[in-house]
Amino acid sequence: MIRYAYIIPFLPLLSFFINIAVGKRLPRKGDWLCLGTIAIGLAMSIGIFYEVFQAYDPNFRYHVVFPWLTVGDRALFNTGILIDNVTAVMLLVVTIVSTLVHLFSIGYMHGDPRYSRYFAYLSIFSFSMLGLVLAESFLFIYIFWELVGLSSYLLIGFWFEKKSASDAGKKAFIVNRVGDFGFLIGILIIYATCGVLGYDQVFLAIGEGKLSGTLLTLAGIGVFCGAIGKSAQFPLHVWLPDAMEGPTPVSALIHAATMVAAGVYLVGRVYPMFTPDAFLFIAWFGLITLFLTATIALAQNDIKKVLAYSTCSQLGYMIMGLGVGGYTAGLAHLTTHAAFKACLFLGSGSVIHAVHSQDIQEMGGLRKKMPITFVTFLIATLAISGVPGFSGFYSKDMILGAALEFGMKSGNPLHMIFFIGALFTAGLTAFYMFRLVILTFFGAPKDHHKFDHAHESPPSMWVPLVILAGLSFSIWYSGWFGTLVQKPKSVADLAGMSASAPVVPMEHAAVMAPAPHAEAAPVKEGAPDASRGPSSHGTSAPAETPHAAGLAVHGESHEGASRDAEHDAHLAHTAHTYAMYSSVAVGTLGIFLAFMVYSFGWINPDRVANAVKPLHNFLQNKWYFDELYETTVVNGSKALSRGLAWFDMHVVDGLVNLTAQLGVFLSFLVGKFDDYVVDGAVNGLASATTGSGSILRRLQTGKLYHYVFVLAGGAVVIFLIKAF
Amino acid sequence: MTLDKLLIIAAALFCCGLYTVMTRRNAVAVLMGVELILNATNINFVAFSFFLTRVMGGQIFAVFVIVLAAAEAAVALAIFLRMFSTTGTVEVDSADQLKG
Repeated sequence: MIRYAYIIPFLPLLSFFINIAVGKRLPRKGDWLCLGTIAIGLAMSIGIFYEVFQAYDPNFRYHVVFPWLTVGDRALFNTGILIDNVTAVMLLVVTIVSTLVHLFSIGYMHGDPRYSRYFAYLSIFSFSMLGLVLAESFLFIYIFWELVGLSSYLLIGFWFEKKSASDAGKKAFIVNRVGDFGFLIGILIIYATCGVLGYDQVFLAIGEGKLSGTLLTLAGIGVFCGAIGKSAQFPLHVWLPDAMEGPTPVSALIHAATMVAAGVYLVGRVYPMFTPDAFLFIAWFGLITLFLTATIALAQNDIKKVLAYSTCSQLGYMIMGLGVGGYTAGLAHLTTHAAFKACLFLGSGSVIHAVHSQDIQEMGGLRKKMPITFVTFLIATLAISGVPGFSGFYSKDMILGAALEFGMKSGNPLHMIFFIGALFTAGLTAFYMFRLVILTFFGAPKDHHKFDHAHESPPSMWVPLVILAGLSFSIWYSGWFGTLVQKPKSVADLAGMSASAPVVPMEHAAVMAPAPHAEAAPVKEGAPDASRGPSSHGTSAPAETPHAAGLAVHGESHEGASRDAEHDAHLAHTAHTYAMYSSVAVGTLGIFLAFMVYSFGWINPDRVANAVKPLHNFLQNKWYFDELYETTVVNGSKALSRGLAWFDMHVVDGLVNLTAQLGVFLSFLVGKFDDYVVDGAVNGLASATTGSGSILRRLQTGKLYHYVFVLAGGAVVIFLIKAF
Repeated sequence: MTLDKLLIIAAALFCCGLYTVMTRRNAVAVLMGVELILNATNINFVAFSFFLTRVMGGQIFAVFVIVLAAAEAAVALAIFLRMFSTTGTVEVDSADQLKG
């Protein structure tokens, strides 16, 4: 099955072309075609995942390369597919969510005038996303990166008659361009130094030391900029909430489960190339995002906006998890989040479909009317809140554990903020998610007219909800995920080492003191990543030893690796235990608080909001980010444009006009020259001719004897000349 | 009879012809002067031919000239007739319409 993996992305591409061309004339407007192709993809992904799972090998890799652009006999760029355990999981995630969203959309988009085009767009998105997952080089991930950006733009602005929707599409696209620019610079740095773009080739080149030090950090940060844009991280998070203008299933598929996770996937994909500095950069942005967007989510009243900010926040968790060295943790959260957040979004779609409103202040009591939606929504909410037994607990706990471990190992006490911030935000998450659930499904209906019209959605809409809710239990993930998805060795650490160095078996690594420390820690069942985690932060290329010594605050020194490894393992265990207890405690506290405020009425939310009115306004207005960008970036570029327009109108146009006037003046001069000199010469010649003619005509008397006389005289003269 | 005398006669005849052409206003008289000039030439032809060469080239040329003179007189007289019928005169001074 894995040999046919390349077919998976092309199936949706086929259905895209068919649907965009003749979709309107197909029976049922071609929705079955798109659903069918993605369902085949799902089946194949399951097959691939089954094969990968059968192998059960942390180092499983299936890598096919063939030349794509060849100059002479030198292959400049390769294409191909790379499937390792992460890819297999991502394939499964993308195809499952995509299939379910297709299914959901059949009910949700029923009767839309551009029904077939909607499905065509879903197909092109599926194609791009699957291509992105399978890509094996920076070049191809960038191509598909832009393609998912395009499909996101098309789908956000799907109802483009609404100005807000078309504006949101443009905003998403433009904001993403900012991040993609950084990504492109990162890729260009890599290509300029390494000369290749395949992941493996690049890692090999970095391992050989072609790219190292600050430039490597910059390349890593550049690539991470792409993730900042696509995964809606802190400075560029503003587009994601606005993207909720698109149809809700699209929000579930693109803006919750898959595309926004592409940034996280990218960071995971190129994980070996990040330097400790780059990791710290990533972790800080993750932390800022997860805290900032969670606080905004507290004060939003639009059901989709709350979910959008919670998505930002959860993506921040993933990014921070990767940044603090929790490779497995970040990708696990990506996987679990895809399921429960898609479930939440589709659930919100079901609610919106029922009550025709997005304002949670107008809802309430819907659990009686929509039992299935309620139960699935509740399960997904428990998962995102990190309640034990649900998937969110499993992955978020790993991230918190990794953060705590990072903080404990780091000599810098400031780095404990990663754990504290994430823990606090876990409480906030539980609070705002339960606020959402309580206001939507519990209590008395606030708008009776809307409540009376509410009804449970058709099976095509609730079946996906049930499946996704089923996938929100931790039983699906715990165990194998930690074993199969393990942190790759950092090639940044290996830079400068001889390429032929034998791979050190893990048991012996401890006694070989100068060996790369990423190998040093023994694998521990359950949380293998974190035990191997931040140790890589402490090591660096021998060539940069002074630098590494400066960074040794993160980890251990070179001698005594054996003792440190045991210590690390112990530390990791302690960290995870503490993280687990504290996250459960904080989560429970958040849930309890939500019930206290919104259900039992012990605390009046309005009074609290009034008491801290400036803060509430601040949060409700999303930290005034839009206003800030409006005044700085948008108005700044407008002012710049005006300045440029002025320059264009006055200086450039002035130059052009000056040239024109010079031309006119010169033409005037030339005209005068023509009039007086050239024409004068011609006229002068003519008048000279007539003048001389009028003189010479007198010679022609017409008198015959004159002529004869001249003739004879001439003859005489000739004779006289000849004679003498 | 020597060449000199013949040449003198021819030159005198030529001068008479030239004088006639230059002074007469009547077209017919001018034509007659031209005939004199032609005949002076003929005398030269024949004289040179007789005294300087022993071939008959000059005499034959003189015959040609006589024939041409006849043709010329015919054409010229025809022109004069036309001229007379249009302008009512054969004065050569009056035929100056082509004067610039």
